[in-house]
Amino acid sequence: MRTLIYLLIGIIFGITMFKSEAASWFRIYEMFKFDSFHMYGIIGSALVIGILVVQAIKRLNITSFYGEKIHFYPKERGFSRYIIGGILFGLGWALAGACPGPMFTLVGAGFAPILVVIIAALLGTYVYGIIKDKLPH
Amino acid sequence: MNWIYEPWSWYVSGPIIAFIMFLLIMVDKTFGMSSNLRTICTICGAGNKTDFFKFDWKSQQWNLIVVIGAIIGGYLGSHLLSMDTAVAINPATITDLNTLGFESAGKAYLPTELFDTSALLSFKTIALLATGGFLVGFGARYAGGCTSGHAISGLSNLQLPSLIAVIGFFIGGLFMIHVLFPLIF
Repeated sequence: MRTLIYLLIGIIFGITMFKSEAASWFRIYEMFKFDSFHMYGIIGSALVIGILVVQAIKRLNITSFYGEKIHFYPKERGFSRYIIGGILFGLGWALAGACPGPMFTLVGAGFAPILVVIIAALLGTYVYGIIKDKLPH
Repeated sequence: MNWIYEPWSWYVSGPIIAFIMFLLIMVDKTFGMSSNLRTICTICGAGNKTDFFKFDWKSQQWNLIVVIGAIIGGYLGSHLLSMDTAVAINPATITDLNTLGFESAGKAYLPTELFDTSALLSFKTIALLATGGFLVGFGARYAGGCTSGHAISGLSNLQLPSLIAVIGFFIGGLFMIHVLFPLIF
């Protein structure tokens, strides 16, 4: 049952990424050129609603669908890792035109070369795991 | 119901993304896609090499199922729910991209120069896709999250680290497109 819920959530996510064109390399380029409101509208409206939802759940002590307490995990404090990691991510996001969600959506949409991006992203994750103790965090 | 076959506007898509995050919160999970890359590394045996990958990947199985859903969703979105997948970007952007050599701008979903299967015959294309992917994977883990984990989940929970990361995403993205693209393409 729970598996089915996750699968459905993923399907809605994948359809939305494709249909909103957030999975399009062109939309990412256009966003970084400030030539369209489209991507800002998507992220911005998701964020405004997201903030309201999270605040409501916290303040009203809403429990999960299973009646259990909902956990929110604050991000560790820090600066270097977020700014440096963020910049590296941004460079890759603009070049490949896909972030880790849409990457998978594009596999389903049938674009074979995206597999190169995914394999390289796995390698990047792996290399981070190997050298992380040597990096400023 | 014809709107379904058209590209979805931001005011439809953004709220759906918030709804997806809401659903995941309500089953006590977190919306964050890049963690899956780490999980897949673990499944491939990366835990033998370093502690970062030593964790019970089964605890993250749910997120891999979301990924499988995202793949299926990509298929449904492109094959069943779309007539024409050409992305109508700003004409000024199209002119820009034409200058850089992207003739497919405004005519396709992804630039055929990079994502057509025949593009894989070019070493330069493979190198660019691999570099982009590597930076996304490395950067997301270094920053502890990607667009979904920081820009949506983290900022929704008013996390300062996520704001710093998102500012980083933009510094990197702007630098790539405004400074590096004219040198690369």
